[in-house]
Amino acid sequence: MTTPVPKTATAQARRAADPILEIKNLSVDYGFGDDPTHVLQDVSLTLNRGEVLGLAGESGCGKSTLAYGATRLLPPPGVIRGGEVIFTGRDGIKTDILGLSDSDLRSARWRDFAIVFQGAMNSLNPVHRVGTQLMDAIKAHDKKASKKDSRDRAAHVLELVGINADRLQAYPHQLSGGMRQRVMIAMALALEPELLIMDEPTTALDVVMQRQILEEITDLRDRLGFSVIFITHDVSLLVEVADRIAIMYAGEIVEAADAKDAYLRPRHPYTDGLLNSFPPLRGPRRELVGIPGSPPDMAQLPEGCRFADRCPFVMDICRVEDPVLAHTALKASEPDRLVACHLHDGKASDMPATLAKVANP
Amino acid sequence: MTVETNHLEPQELPRPDAPGVKRKGKRSAVGKPQAGTKFVFLRNAKAITGMAILGFFVLIAIIGPWIAPYDPDAFSDQLVQPPSWEHWLGTTHLGQDVMSQLLVGTRYVMVVGFTAGIIATILAILVGVTAGYLGGWSDEGLSLLSNIFLVLPALPLIIIIAGQLDNAGMFIIAAVISLTAWAWGARVLRAQTMSHRKRDYVEASRANGESTWRIVLAEILPNLTAIIASSFVATVTFAILTQVTLAFIGVTSPTDWNWGTVLYWAQGNQALARGAWWWFIPAGLCIAAVGVALALINFGIDEFVNPRLRSTGKYARVLRKRGITARVGFTPIDRGMTHGGVGASEPGGASPSSGPLTPEPPGDTVDVTSVPTKVTAKK
Repeated sequence: MTTPVPKTATAQARRAADPILEIKNLSVDYGFGDDPTHVLQDVSLTLNRGEVLGLAGESGCGKSTLAYGATRLLPPPGVIRGGEVIFTGRDGIKTDILGLSDSDLRSARWRDFAIVFQGAMNSLNPVHRVGTQLMDAIKAHDKKASKKDSRDRAAHVLELVGINADRLQAYPHQLSGGMRQRVMIAMALALEPELLIMDEPTTALDVVMQRQILEEITDLRDRLGFSVIFITHDVSLLVEVADRIAIMYAGEIVEAADAKDAYLRPRHPYTDGLLNSFPPLRGPRRELVGIPGSPPDMAQLPEGCRFADRCPFVMDICRVEDPVLAHTALKASEPDRLVACHLHDGKASDMPATLAKVANP
Repeated sequence: MTVETNHLEPQELPRPDAPGVKRKGKRSAVGKPQAGTKFVFLRNAKAITGMAILGFFVLIAIIGPWIAPYDPDAFSDQLVQPPSWEHWLGTTHLGQDVMSQLLVGTRYVMVVGFTAGIIATILAILVGVTAGYLGGWSDEGLSLLSNIFLVLPALPLIIIIAGQLDNAGMFIIAAVISLTAWAWGARVLRAQTMSHRKRDYVEASRANGESTWRIVLAEILPNLTAIIASSFVATVTFAILTQVTLAFIGVTSPTDWNWGTVLYWAQGNQALARGAWWWFIPAGLCIAAVGVALALINFGIDEFVNPRLRSTGKYARVLRKRGITARVGFTPIDRGMTHGGVGASEPGGASPSSGPLTPEPPGDTVDVTSVPTKVTAKK
């Protein structure tokens, strides 16, 4: 069995129940016409201060839609149909991101929450120096910053992500993919945001670079104290980096649990399937089983549980009633875990053995 | 010009057309054909308005000479009469009927405009795409050629050529205009072709061994549709204005009726000083209306060809009604229709508000996700 990287004590202590971002009943449609696709329906998620929350799931399951919907970054034809996104600043002031005016939203972005986009390394303008682009970002939000201040600040954030400050003079093509990705992370951190949303920040990179960047992010998180929403389809990566994992399937969260718990003792058949889809690096050999089939068409969702067609433990009720995200059958031992599955309606003893593993005391 | 917009390639934003978020309407599955995806262009309000105005003038161009109440050349004894039931748009200094002149002249304007537009666009595609795709010496030569034509002062050149030709007919005028009008389009198409040539999909086709003809015609040209269309529309506008100018300054034969000829006679006979507004205002309005129509079509083409703008353009009315402005970076919020679950009470005890009240033992995991409220019976 792989043992996840031990969390530092500071990280543990910081994870008091102090929500920084509460997504409540967020609903998102794609399409302006009479027949839009309801990609998210009443999805709720809470991120605590200083926490790294991993958002995992197959392609097209709504991970990015959730993150971009919460920050109002969805491109047309995305429409937010309801819900609240409460952001709580360090000063304790709560704001509803969905209720902000354009100019307030613009200034909140980057300062309160920053985003590292999918394939972010291509977001750098090839004809400007990296330093100019970093300083641009700083100046755009802090009009009073002098040229020297913003240059110092740019050099500082660049060193934070492990790049020598003399690279401020470099053009993007002179940097490797990993370095460009770090520059984007540095840019996101330039204004000391309290929340960092990272959308598959390491997908285009090799594993060595992935590891370095992830270590830097966790390290920076401990030093600067921001919170992270980390979107990826690589669950093994999440287990390493995240404190808590939310698994998404077809536009809903099916399981939310502590990263270690989710990895060692999955409770939802989909989580179990995801975990069985990649090999453990250490420990006994185990057969790799994928999840047969593919996610449902979001425009024509089946009745009942969305995972029913692919679920090895499907029951009659799954075809009729959509399960609600609730406590598991083993809630006494794990009060913080939530699973949307009918298997957990009954007693733990009735459950398939793979989904009812109990932690060793 | 509306050239650049279709090259926004948002890579960093999630794509609504990604697998799993397919926008296949439920209705299409039931068998109802997707209502006229072919004619989406015609559902765009700007395009419809433009097409309607232009269509009106094209119709006049076809039937104008037949429905004209008088012979435009025929003199009468009613000199410089204001509009009346007899002469809807008044008469000229020789008693000719202004409306008949306009009706007959529309054909000339349209034929010259569209002929010049078509010839110039074909020239632009041939020169621009060839230069852009082949590169090297062919590019140097063709670029030099288009650069020369770009810096040639178009109107004086046309005046000289047209002045030399005795009794230049409308096709000759159209040819002369297109000779000076193609270079701009060629320049733009060359640049765009060069950019596409280096993209992965073209390299992949080359690696697959597709022929140059196929790559240019089937891979690259469809990507240039927006530019070609808008360049065509712009050239037609230029050609119409130019030939009206030529007729107005008297370079072309003043006996071939077109809107410019009407203005030529009006100017030559002090229509303004005489207060004979009916003589020149209708012709001016016709020119302006055609210009507006072509500009509207250009906007429409842009919204149609750019798939990202297309759905916005297609649903412009719905969006207005719902009060939604579709912009990148500020997702619209529309709480109009409630989903069943919003506002329902939260089952389970893990609401986030209970967090601070119940201190968690250190080291243990802290609450996670507030329980979403969901309707169980969902369609």
